[in-house]
Amino acid sequence: MTQLVLFNVFNGLIVGAFYALMALGLSLILNLSGVINFAHGGFLAIGGYLAFTLIPYVGFWGGLVLAPLLTAVLGIFVEWLLIRRLYGRDPLYSLLLTFGLAYMIEASTRFIWGAQSLPFQVPGWLVTPLSSEYFFVTGYRLFMVLVVAIAVVGLFLILSRTRLGIRIRAGTLDLETVSLLGVNVRLLRNMNFGLGIYLAGLAGVLAVGQLGLQPTIGGSLIMPSFVAIIVGGLGSLPGTLLGGLLIGVVSGVTTVFFPSATEAIIYVMMAAVLLIRPHGLLGDEGRF
Amino acid sequence: MGATDLRKQATNAVVWLLLLGMPYWLPAIGGYAELGTRVVVLGLAAMSLNFLLGYTGVLSFGHAAYFGLGAYGVALTIRYLVPSTGIGIIVGVLIGTVAAAIIGPVIVRLRGVYFAMVTIAFGQVFYFIAFRWNSVTGGDDGLTGWTRAPLNFGFFRVDIEHNATAFYYLVAATFAIAVGAMAWLLRSPFGRMLIAIRENERRARFLGLPVDQHIWMSWVISCGLASLAGALYALLNNFVDPRALYWTQSGDFVIMTVLGGMRSFWGPLIGAAIFVVLQDYLSSQTENWQWFVGLFFVLVVLFFPRGVLGIIRRKIQA
Repeated sequence: MTQLVLFNVFNGLIVGAFYALMALGLSLILNLSGVINFAHGGFLAIGGYLAFTLIPYVGFWGGLVLAPLLTAVLGIFVEWLLIRRLYGRDPLYSLLLTFGLAYMIEASTRFIWGAQSLPFQVPGWLVTPLSSEYFFVTGYRLFMVLVVAIAVVGLFLILSRTRLGIRIRAGTLDLETVSLLGVNVRLLRNMNFGLGIYLAGLAGVLAVGQLGLQPTIGGSLIMPSFVAIIVGGLGSLPGTLLGGLLIGVVSGVTTVFFPSATEAIIYVMMAAVLLIRPHGLLGDEGRF
Repeated sequence: MGATDLRKQATNAVVWLLLLGMPYWLPAIGGYAELGTRVVVLGLAAMSLNFLLGYTGVLSFGHAAYFGLGAYGVALTIRYLVPSTGIGIIVGVLIGTVAAAIIGPVIVRLRGVYFAMVTIAFGQVFYFIAFRWNSVTGGDDGLTGWTRAPLNFGFFRVDIEHNATAFYYLVAATFAIAVGAMAWLLRSPFGRMLIAIRENERRARFLGLPVDQHIWMSWVISCGLASLAGALYALLNNFVDPRALYWTQSGDFVIMTVLGGMRSFWGPLIGAAIFVVLQDYLSSQTENWQWFVGLFFVLVVLFFPRGVLGIIRRKIQA
C-alpha cells in the first residue's frame, strides 16, 4: 500500500512537472501580453513530433536540444505573423485566434504524421528500473524530473539575471513605462512568446516519451495547465509552478483511492481554491 | 415609429418567415431537414451565449458544459426513467440550470480572460464525468438505445420520431419561446441593467446596482437556455456523446456568435447558420476539415471581427 501511494505520488510529481512546464510558458505569455494561448498544446505536440522525426538523424540528445528550439522559432514566426495584430484589442479576439490555431496545428500533425499513435523510443539505459523494490523509479522518470528542474531554474535565472528577463518582468508590471524607457516592446513580446513556446516544446519532447505520440496530446494537456495557473494564482510564476506540482500529486493520489476521478479531481480542487482564495494560492489581489 | 424601429420590425418579420418556411425552401436550394434543425438548435445555443457575451459583456468560454448537461439530461431521462420527450427536456434544462447556479458564485467575481479561463476549465469536470461513468453514460461511445418519443397531448399525437418536419416545428416553437423570453428580458429594466454593466461596470456599481448578483442571474439564464439547446440537440441526433461537453465545443459557440455579430440580437443565429453549413460542406469534401475550420477562425478574427451584421449595420449607417 505504501509502495502504491509512493508510486502514485512520484508519478503525480512527474505529471505535475509537465503541467508546470507548460503552464509556465502560458503564464509568461499571459502576463506580458494578456493572451491566453489556446494553441500552446499544439506547440507541445509539435515539439514531440519534431523530436520523433529528428532523433534518427541527430540522436536523442540532439532531438532534445533541437526540437524545442525549432518549436520556439515557429512560435516566434506565428507571433510576428498573427498574434501581434491583436494586442490592445478585446481579449476575446486573441482567444479565438489561438483557438483556431489549435485546430489547425492538430489537423496538421494528423495530416503529416498520421492519426495513429506512434512509438517514441527513449534510450535503453534510461528505461531500466534503478531499484528492484521501487520498480517505478526508472531512469527516464528521474531524467524527466531533472530536465524540468534544470529548465525551471534556467527560466528563473533568465528572468532575474538577464536583460531580457528583467525587461519581461518590468513589462509585466507596466509595459507603457518600459516602452517609454526606449525598450522595443514589440520585440520584447515576440521574444517572450518564443520563450514560452520553447517551454511548451521541451514539455512536448518529455511528454511523448511518457505518453506516446498522438495528435490529440496537446488538447488533453492544456486544460490541466489552465488549472495549474488558476490554482497557483494568475500573475505569479512561482505560483504556477506550485499549482502544476500540486495538481499532479493530488490527481496521482486520487488514482489510488478513486481511479475514475483522476481527471475530475483537479477541477474540483480549482473550485475549492477559487472559493477560499479567488486569486489563487500565490496570486496578487486585484490584478485580474 | 422611427426608421430604426421600422427596420427592426422588418428584420424580425424576415427572420420569422424564413424560420417558418424552412422545411419548404431549404430542400429547394439543396439542404435537408436535419441541417435546418441543426442551424436552429445551435443558433439558440449561440444566442444564449450572446446574452452573456454580447449583452452583459462577460467573457464566457465554457458554454459547452451546460449545452452538454442538457443533452445528457434528456438522454438519461428517456433511456432510464420515462419515455417522454417533454419531461426529458424539462429535466435537461433543470440539470444545466442548477449546475450553472451552483458554479455561479465561484466565478461571478472574476472578469475578462480570468473568467474565460475558469469557465472553460470548469466544463471539463462534466466532460470527465460523462467520459468515465461508463455504466450510466456509455462513456466515450456515447449514450445510445433511446429515441425521442412522440408528443402525446391526450387528444392527438405528433410523431416527431419519424417525421423530420414535425420535429423541426417542435424545435422552432421551442426556439421561439426561448428567444421571445430573451428579447423580453433584454427590454425589461433587468436587461437595461445588464447593458449598463457591459458599458461601464464601475459606473453601474457606483449607481448602486448589485453588479455581481446581476452577472450571476445573466449567467444562470444564459446557461439554462444553452442547456435547452443541448436537450434539443440530443433529441435531434437521438444520441449524445462526451464531445458535446468538450472544451472545443465552447469555442465553436463563441466563433458562431462573433461571426454573426455580437452586438446584434439575430447575429449569432446567422453565425450558426454559416458555421453549420460550412462544417457540413467541408466534412463532406475533405478529411482535414478541422484545418479549414481553424483557418476560418483566424480569418474571422483578422478580417470580420464585427461579424456579418456589424458590417451590414455600418454600411447602412454610412
